[in-house]
Amino acid sequence: MIMLHLIMNDILGTPAILVGLFALIGLLLQKKGAADVVSGTLKTIMGFIILGAGATVLVGALDLFGQMFEHAFHIKGVIPNNEAIVALAQKTFGAETAMIMVFGMIINILLARFTKLKYIFLTGHHTMFMACMLAAVLSAGGMKGATLVLVGSLILGALMVVMPAILQPYTRQITGSDDVAVGHFGSIGYFVSGTIGKYFGNKEKTTEEIKVPKSLGFLRDSSVALALTMALMFLVVAAFTGPAFIESKLSGGTNFVVFSITQAITFAGGVYIILAGVRMIIAEIVPAFKGIADKVVPNAKPALDCPIVFPFAPNAVIVGFLSSFIAGVISMFLLPVFGLSVIVPGLVPHFFTGAAAGVFGNATGGRRGAILGSFANGLIISFLPALLLPVLGSLGFNGTTFGDADFGVVGILLGNLLKLIM
Amino acid sequence: MKILVVCGNGLGSSFMMSMNVQKAMKELNIEGTCSHTDLASAKTENADYYIGSPEIMDQLNDGKRKTIPLVNMFSLEEIKKALTTHILKG
Repeated sequence: MIMLHLIMNDILGTPAILVGLFALIGLLLQKKGAADVVSGTLKTIMGFIILGAGATVLVGALDLFGQMFEHAFHIKGVIPNNEAIVALAQKTFGAETAMIMVFGMIINILLARFTKLKYIFLTGHHTMFMACMLAAVLSAGGMKGATLVLVGSLILGALMVVMPAILQPYTRQITGSDDVAVGHFGSIGYFVSGTIGKYFGNKEKTTEEIKVPKSLGFLRDSSVALALTMALMFLVVAAFTGPAFIESKLSGGTNFVVFSITQAITFAGGVYIILAGVRMIIAEIVPAFKGIADKVVPNAKPALDCPIVFPFAPNAVIVGFLSSFIAGVISMFLLPVFGLSVIVPGLVPHFFTGAAAGVFGNATGGRRGAILGSFANGLIISFLPALLLPVLGSLGFNGTTFGDADFGVVGILLGNLLKLIM
Repeated sequence: MKILVVCGNGLGSSFMMSMNVQKAMKELNIEGTCSHTDLASAKTENADYYIGSPEIMDQLNDGKRKTIPLVNMFSLEEIKKALTTHILKG
């Protein structure tokens, strides 16, 4: 009994050890040497510890932002950031996230093997984020234990083949081939963009004929882009909060401008640490997943991260980002009208998903398609995260939420479905 | 030899590219290691060669770093061709 208790609670119940175990199995299956097995397993566990450390750095800044925002506008301000919310959720849902992630990958391989949807979803960090979101929503809906892991894995595995499949007709138009797919949980935004481009755009007038300034290229550097947006947001909010409240209640006397800038960069620093952790966690698991898939799924199509479409239309990337971001700023003012939490638009989600939406819109409808399509994406990634908050349970009160479109669509549908049946 | 694959976040694209770069290195008999990272970290990390999309390489290229831009990031063929021209013949 003591042994069983040790295995169930302390080994499988400690997320860091659990993911380490999965990495260990993956490494052994690939018949790696002893040195690789030891270092790979240790690095995966360390990645999980780093993830938690990043969350600790970031949560203070997030909380201060929330207090300032609420004091200034008497409404909740929420920063959508996948890394932040996933890192925060690991304290509660770490083990569930790890199990849903690994079993979801197995379901993905089975579906690719036995159905016509031959996609292998290789964007490991998104697999992990979706696993985490599913764990949170299913748990808030009343599920737990093995049922939660089973249902979560089935949904995750299905999404890993269905989302790339939905996009594939448009992805083909971008890449000119059927060899690769886009595997990124912003798919609904890209699909909407591609569809809008198809009906309202003109394919002949592509974005690639316009001259676009190259100076926006520094936004590709996520940590710079994040620090910049956060500093801007903190300063604007601080101006409305006023120095009196900040300096007496929050900063312990430090000047409110200096304080705001430091906190903004602390937030970006926290995300940077979390990214390093995520990178270490998925470093061993994804190659193992790919290795197994290559062996058992003939004619598998890799579904890859959204920036793979960027080089096909570099101008659409910039146009899409700007258009999506403008939609985000407009939404910020519209959300309170509907009684929803204010979603603070971030440069990072608008850059990556807005840019990809721009490329999809351009492929089906030229520059008009790119502008309208990514504008729609900007609205989607502003409204869905706000609507997602209530179904996340206690996780929804941390001042952050999932950013990309599919998290919103899946979470909202699932959360409300659970309310009906549970 | 150390090759560093770079993308904006250092999570997805660069990771997938690095798996293919490792495969290409093995096939071309290039000795060395290949890892992946984000743009900010890449600026402080030394490597013999940097690989990534043309826009990312523009950000990294300061005249001193040896950068290899790739348009079709997921094509093993293009990676092999790029490694051959830049490293084996370079």
